[in-house]
Amino acid sequence: MKDLLCNSAFFGVVVSVLGYEIGLFLKKKFNKGIFNPLLISILFVMITLVIFRVDFESYNDGAKYLSYLLTPATVCLAIPLYEQLDLLKNNFKAIIIGIFSGVAASLISVFFFALLFQFTHEQYVTLLPKSITTAIGMGISEELNGIVTITVAVIIVTGIIGNILAEMICKVFHIHEPVAKGIAIGTSSHAIGTAKAMEMGEIEGAMSGLAIAVAGLFTVVGASIFANFI
Amino acid sequence: MKYVRQFGIILSITFIGEILKYIIPLPIPASIYGLILMLLILRSKIISLDQVKETGTFLIEIMPLMFIPAAVGLLVSWESLKDIFIPVIIITILTTVIVMTVTGKVTQLMIKLERMNKN
Repeated sequence: MKDLLCNSAFFGVVVSVLGYEIGLFLKKKFNKGIFNPLLISILFVMITLVIFRVDFESYNDGAKYLSYLLTPATVCLAIPLYEQLDLLKNNFKAIIIGIFSGVAASLISVFFFALLFQFTHEQYVTLLPKSITTAIGMGISEELNGIVTITVAVIIVTGIIGNILAEMICKVFHIHEPVAKGIAIGTSSHAIGTAKAMEMGEIEGAMSGLAIAVAGLFTVVGASIFANFI
Repeated sequence: MKYVRQFGIILSITFIGEILKYIIPLPIPASIYGLILMLLILRSKIISLDQVKETGTFLIEIMPLMFIPAAVGLLVSWESLKDIFIPVIIITILTTVIVMTVTGKVTQLMIKLERMNKN
């Protein structure tokens, strides 16, 4: 059984899709935020791998074809953005200022917590790019001599948390404007959050996709300045 | 044939994004160059929305699946993470809430202010 699972090129994809379907089913049945399909599928795959003693490399031999599609899928975020281009033009100033303050809030709060937990410079710069998309975040962490594997892990956890909490945060803090919701989700939790914004609505999704790119670019500059503070 | 062409166009733009990343020495990933390029191409009507729409929508819809392998990879990076796990998880949750709230509130306030100015 273990050999079969380790050698199959399709096991990795099938177990991932199955986990996601189970997540969708649970979400529909219980309608609670904690039954987040992405979170359920990640836990389902992890448990399956541990039970059947399949190592990550064997799983990823098949599952990497899912990751492979991430770059073209991110490119396609331009499509909903193009469809909402008028909305972007009409709210351009609000969007840019909103993303700017979000990036500033991210860097300042990481700085504050790093002081609180007495982090070393290395640990601090590792967390600085935590809110932005993995590919840019990895580059920044490497540039600033952070620990790249931890940066990637923290970026992914940030995305999952954003994906889970997005609806609740918008409700609790009275963020009603679809544009503001999308910008908030994309700035705080990059593409993984954007997957949730896409479910919330076309405008939310388009704005969240835009925020990934703009927040990423702002952070490239901001993180290199903040790196000097600890 | 429609889907083959759509997929071809999307992958070609992705590939040009990779070329740009190779040429330009900035920590910006190919996907961001590709996203900006796709927007410019649609805007200038070099290709129409119909030439990418269905396949693009499909890729965006299955996007959550694409994060599963990287997240499962946390099993592997656990060794390097476990010593600072508690502070890291606290920081991650709190900053995510802070950033989402600040961004959403500021954007919403600015939209309202601009609307008031226009009236």
